Amino acid sequence: MDLVKILIDAGRTAVGVPAAAYALSSIGLNLQFGYTGLLNFGHVASMLVGAYGMAITVDSGGPLWLGVIVGIVAALILGLILGVPTLRLRADYLAIVTIAAGEILRLTVRSSWAAPLTKGIFGIQQFADPFFDVNPIPVGLYGIGRFRFDERTMWVLLLGWGLVALATLFMWKLTRSPWGRAIRAIRDDEDAALSLGKNVFGYKLQSLMVGGAIGALAGMFLAIDQQNVNPDAYIPLLTFYAFTIVILGGPGTLFGPIIGSIIFWFLFEFLDGFMTAAVLEGWFGDVLDSTDIGPIRFALFGIGLMWLMIYRPQGLFGRREEMLIGEQ
Amino acid sequence: MNSDAHPLARIAPEPGVSKPDPILVLDSVLRAFGGLRAVDVNHLEIQRGTITSLIGPNGAGKTTLFNVLTGFDRPEAGKWELNGGPLVGIPSFRVARKGMVRTFQLTKSLARLTVLENVLVAAKDQVGETFFGALFGRWRHIEEANEERAMRELKRFGLEHMVDEYAGSLSGGQRKLLEMARALMVEPEVVMLDEPMAGVNPALTQSLLSHIMALRDDGKTVVFIEHDMDVVQEISDWVVVMSQGAVIAEGPPAHIASNPEVIDAYLGRDHGEVP
Ligand SMILES: Nc1ncnc2c1ncn2[C@@H]1O[C@H](COP(=O)(O)OP(=O)(O)O)[C@@H](O)[C@H]1O
Ligand SMILES: [Mg+2]
Repeated sequence: MDLVKILIDAGRTAVGVPAAAYALSSIGLNLQFGYTGLLNFGHVASMLVGAYGMAITVDSGGPLWLGVIVGIVAALILGLILGVPTLRLRADYLAIVTIAAGEILRLTVRSSWAAPLTKGIFGIQQFADPFFDVNPIPVGLYGIGRFRFDERTMWVLLLGWGLVALATLFMWKLTRSPWGRAIRAIRDDEDAALSLGKNVFGYKLQSLMVGGAIGALAGMFLAIDQQNVNPDAYIPLLTFYAFTIVILGGPGTLFGPIIGSIIFWFLFEFLDGFMTAAVLEGWFGDVLDSTDIGPIRFALFGIGLMWLMIYRPQGLFGRREEMLIGEQ
Repeated sequence: MNSDAHPLARIAPEPGVSKPDPILVLDSVLRAFGGLRAVDVNHLEIQRGTITSLIGPNGAGKTTLFNVLTGFDRPEAGKWELNGGPLVGIPSFRVARKGMVRTFQLTKSLARLTVLENVLVAAKDQVGETFFGALFGRWRHIEEANEERAMRELKRFGLEHMVDEYAGSLSGGQRKLLEMARALMVEPEVVMLDEPMAGVNPALTQSLLSHIMALRDDGKTVVFIEHDMDVVQEISDWVVVMSQGAVIAEGPPAHIASNPEVIDAYLGRDHGEVP
């Protein structure tokens, strides 16, 4: 087995498009879950409305920049629609409603009656040409050895990590402000925040909407890279990737989503490469074949997540005392 | 204090009696849980600038009354006014902004905020607390002024040496103190304290009492729930006694201590002070 090759491939994924996309998506979820304590189990829905908002706008003849604005506005409206009826209720209502909303949206864009707009199960393609047309990076391969990206990927990565940097700067400004302190207070004890005159509902709604808009940017970014939106991509699993990343990096920390995403995608790709090679070399005899790798990888992630929740609930890099005191 | 000069000196000690300058007035407030009338208060007035103790056996409805008055619970019926303005149906956070702030029987500290942040978050009129204010507003000079005031409150309660600790790492008594400091940061007119002494180190209770008296001297109105009759005797200007949801007696502390109905409510059913 070529361990070096497996490690390099994993490293490439860890700084690649999925890592950037999920870092961005998780920054949005971190605002909602890590800082405000909102259990949004339908984060994928904001990625979907962002991507579709953009793709449909361009597909109907609009410019790409307008598509981006439409995608963001769509996510803000989605947050409003989901938040207004649920955020006054107990925390679990939001969880139930958001997980359902994600599925409803996916099935809706997939349905034949929405097809005139969404192109149903075929999805929409080739809407991001204006972005690739202005790629200033000369044709070529960048990097060393196997660790290389072509000019197209470099351009996409510049956009992706650029967005991550901007979103982090935005979160830095926001979470270090009195507004950020107020949402953390709400996360710790809603009643206490109310008793001090904080409009808890208003803060939660803002957090849900803004976090959703960041999620929408992530959805658009992935769609641009693939030049494709397709309903079957927006499954609940995407939300749980984001949750894993937020928890891995440490909920309510500024750089947690970035670190979490890099580690997540490194492990994800490494396990895949490692197990594929191991199966090929017959380590598992007849017990496992290559079709088992996917499910086993998820099982291992599940176990890892459980381990983390039990022994390091603050994430790999969060401050332990901060989590322990939360339990009293 | 000189009881003759006291505005409540000539007030008849009977349930529902009118006061010369009430800041809080309740009428026919009913809160029932199923068949249980947890709060059933006909008429009650709280005199401005006094310490009014709310006493009564466990389950008398004191906490529920606090919840109703501060918008944390909706009653079946009734109305109540703060400074002449109706409070019925006003959400809890607006009640706080109108100047009536409560603490909780089971302390609610913001565990993952530092002690200083716990107090700072309570400050009013911080533009940085709005979303756009946080991004574009000039909130730092307000923050500095708030920090100064927060440090004063923390000093008052002897917490100034722990400003950077997480509130969750404080002892139960320290959390009670922090909760009071935090409530005062809202600059309330009326402070409603639900058993502020419970769990506080006995060495601290005396200084806590003097803090509460200092609040009155600052012109604030204090309503506080307490079980310890000695404490009540020591600091109250007026005592309101609840039993089974209703106000069964009110009057100056000396009068209440000898009131047979009160003794009956406590001793007849509950065999003394139950924490
Ligand atoms: N949420 C609730 N649901 C049902 N019963 C309640 C609820 N809150 C309080 N009660 C009941 O109302 C009565 C008054 O309670 P409470 O106001 O906590 O009393 P106190 O603070 O005077 O000890 C008690 O009998 C209590 O069991
Ligand atoms: Mg009580």
